[in-house]
Amino acid sequence: MPAMLRKLAQRLGVLQHSFAGGVHPEMYKVTAALPIEEAAITPVHILPMKQHIGEACSPLVRVGDRVLRGQKIAKSEGYLSVPVHAPTSGRVVKIEEHAIPHPSGMGMPSIFIESDGDDKRDESLDPLSGWREMNPATLRERARMCGLAGLGGAVFPTFIKLIQDKRFPIETVILNGIECEPWLTNDHRLMLEQPDEILSGLAIIMHMVGASSGIIAIEDNKPDAADVMREALARTPDMEGVRVVVLPTRYPQGSEKQLIYSLTGKEVPAGRLPMHIGVICQNVGTSRALHDAVVLGHPLTERLVTVSGDAVTNPANMRVRLGMPVRSLFASRGLDDLNGLHILHGGPMMGERLKSVDVPVIKSTTGLLAMRTETMMLAHTEEQPCIRCGHCSEACPIHLVPNLLADACRSDQFDRAENYQLFDCIECGSCSYVCPANIPLVHYFRYGKGQIAQQRREQVFAEASRKRSEARDARIARENAEKAARRQRVRREKAPVKPVESKGDINAGDEQNREEKS
Amino acid sequence: MPVMLSPPHAHGGDSIRMTMLTVVLALLPATAMSVYLFGWLAVLLILTCMVTALVTEAICLKWMGRPLSTLLDNSAALTGLFLALTLPAAVPWWMALLASVFAIVLGKQIYGGLGYNIFNPALSARIILLISFPLHMTTWIVPMSAAGPVLDLYDFQLCLSFFLTGPDALKVGFDAISMASPLGYVKTEATLGVPVAEALKAYDYSYLDAFLGFEAGSIGETSALALLIGGIFLLTRHTITWHIPLSYIATVLLLAGIFNAISPDQFTPPLFHLFAGGLILCAFFMATDPVSSPVTPMGQVIFGIGCGILTWSIRSFGGYPEGAMFAVLLMNCAVPLIDHYFRPRVFGYGRGEKS
Repeated sequence: MPAMLRKLAQRLGVLQHSFAGGVHPEMYKVTAALPIEEAAITPVHILPMKQHIGEACSPLVRVGDRVLRGQKIAKSEGYLSVPVHAPTSGRVVKIEEHAIPHPSGMGMPSIFIESDGDDKRDESLDPLSGWREMNPATLRERARMCGLAGLGGAVFPTFIKLIQDKRFPIETVILNGIECEPWLTNDHRLMLEQPDEILSGLAIIMHMVGASSGIIAIEDNKPDAADVMREALARTPDMEGVRVVVLPTRYPQGSEKQLIYSLTGKEVPAGRLPMHIGVICQNVGTSRALHDAVVLGHPLTERLVTVSGDAVTNPANMRVRLGMPVRSLFASRGLDDLNGLHILHGGPMMGERLKSVDVPVIKSTTGLLAMRTETMMLAHTEEQPCIRCGHCSEACPIHLVPNLLADACRSDQFDRAENYQLFDCIECGSCSYVCPANIPLVHYFRYGKGQIAQQRREQVFAEASRKRSEARDARIARENAEKAARRQRVRREKAPVKPVESKGDINAGDEQNREEKS
Repeated sequence: MPVMLSPPHAHGGDSIRMTMLTVVLALLPATAMSVYLFGWLAVLLILTCMVTALVTEAICLKWMGRPLSTLLDNSAALTGLFLALTLPAAVPWWMALLASVFAIVLGKQIYGGLGYNIFNPALSARIILLISFPLHMTTWIVPMSAAGPVLDLYDFQLCLSFFLTGPDALKVGFDAISMASPLGYVKTEATLGVPVAEALKAYDYSYLDAFLGFEAGSIGETSALALLIGGIFLLTRHTITWHIPLSYIATVLLLAGIFNAISPDQFTPPLFHLFAGGLILCAFFMATDPVSSPVTPMGQVIFGIGCGILTWSIRSFGGYPEGAMFAVLLMNCAVPLIDHYFRPRVFGYGRGEKS
């Protein structure tokens, strides 16, 4: 009944496109009007073996090897993984552990490529201009081999979503052009500057998954992008079933499940994927990257990065080759001295604060922000006791009760935390943003999740060793029983001749071997 | 504090200090009205309560080894103001002082300070006083009794001596300046078998006077108008939400309406419930005290309904004429339970599905 009412209200235009909760962070889209600039190719590019969610890759090249731009330099290991490609032509100078953009400052085996300045491209991949007649599986393989991962920041390997499953027919493909993080503007610029490539990518996605309708979702603080996309749509043939939908600006509108709810009124059930309700979402940047991979035959070797923050006097949207050191990128904007600044990887709401600026730009680098301390209010205001004002519950788009949840995590009551559904938290940060007591709620949630995961691992380990020990006890008991039985048999035959005994021993040994193997 | 590594790295700028200050601002109309109605008595009472609350809080913080800067969160000052507004103008200084100490020590710091108290500090102190000193706590000064022959509320010296020595020591005809509250009067008459309508007539009760604040009562709760202005201010500033005030008041009105329709002689009409006593003060300011009320919207509605039922029941059947404050305190006890059982349906879990 509520669903029906909602549908009716939507049809009447009374209630449109809303998820419950969320916040309105102050927007600092200072780079929105700045055209995308090409970042220079740095002398050395650092390519970590893992730039996405999933398993790490293993290097295919050795120190001293010459590589071309777009050449595969590391192969994916495991299913949830995509290969890494050289961002420019040059020579492999080093393969060793190097810090990646992660708050802990942890490292990852990385390939160092010294650029030769020619930027020669590896042309071995054919453009698939006739993709409309091609098998979706072929295109899917192309997306995988080109190293595509979601460029909205979550970097989920793209090919996994692009599957046609008869059990879950995909009706709608949503292109996510929401970009609800303050400061970030690269999706916005991409829509303004390359709408046709985005639409081409969308057409490929729709062809691959067999979807009949497509939605390009844009927040209403980017009306120009919506106009440009609409115009592009109007001049592109074969795009009926695709429309541009403008949604009210509210964080986290760009979160996949919230976006789907706003657009379709359907909730993705907990623990399931959008495809299970017939929808898939892709970031507009990913769509363009898919166009490049299929139509041009170019693997993913670059991405758009918003370089901004209140400490950057010369901010920009930049097209950056993967592996470019963050320090060089800031230096190219005239910011050499990064002392005392907070460097954020991603937006301020969900991004991570970097420990070091010697990390490279990777596939998940949506933005790099250099902030002065005073902007980061959470960082310099002391945590105060919770006054239970309930603003966090109001802001939570998942409808959790963040203050109770944080309390449970902080006091190590993990059963209670799980009962309060800790694992449904998407860590959007809305609760911390509104908290008048400056409680770093997300911090506690991460702590709780980490502790529970650790406990589970230990439980699995303990369970496995218990099973091992039980199996061993069972084996020994069986062996003893068999030995006893044999001894009895021998006694009954009343022929205690030696050869029989030795044969028995050999058999026993064999049996033991077999048991141990099993 | 070390720099927090976890996101978000932005903040909306809301603070506890501002929240408390907003509530103080919202109480300004009622405070102004109390000064207008009760003159210097109100001023003395409010100052005593606020200063005592702040000093007590400072002593507690010092004793517990906490930074004195916590005083700046404005919560102690707010408690003092709240408490003063719930007291009758006739209380002597030592009672106001005692109440403030109770409020801070027994109502708040004993639980661990701001955020940890399960009861509203001002209300608990007021109830302690009501039980300990029933006579003083139910002796109401006639508002604006400047015209009265004995006590000029706008004469500072007279008010000061009244406040310092207490009404007994003034050796004046106390009856001349005190009166029963409408709730109390109707209750007493009802026990004598007088029908409600006749009692109201005998009291010369006027809804307009009650709305504006010219009836007897605690200094801050008499003017429904001033409190409503403050309440609406809080709603617009998003310091409180509509859930508690609306469900609370609607429940009282509904119950009073039904029972008044069934038996008008025995039960007072809904509007009388609304304007008499502390219903509006409690609904907008006391029950919505974030610390001692439920967190979730649904829990808040349940809480409001509970407060409403209890308020009406105590007023209609209880031994005390007023029930709003008892109701809120009683419902405060139920908050942990409400918080546990009335959580919203989590996104992605179907209705009725075990989430």
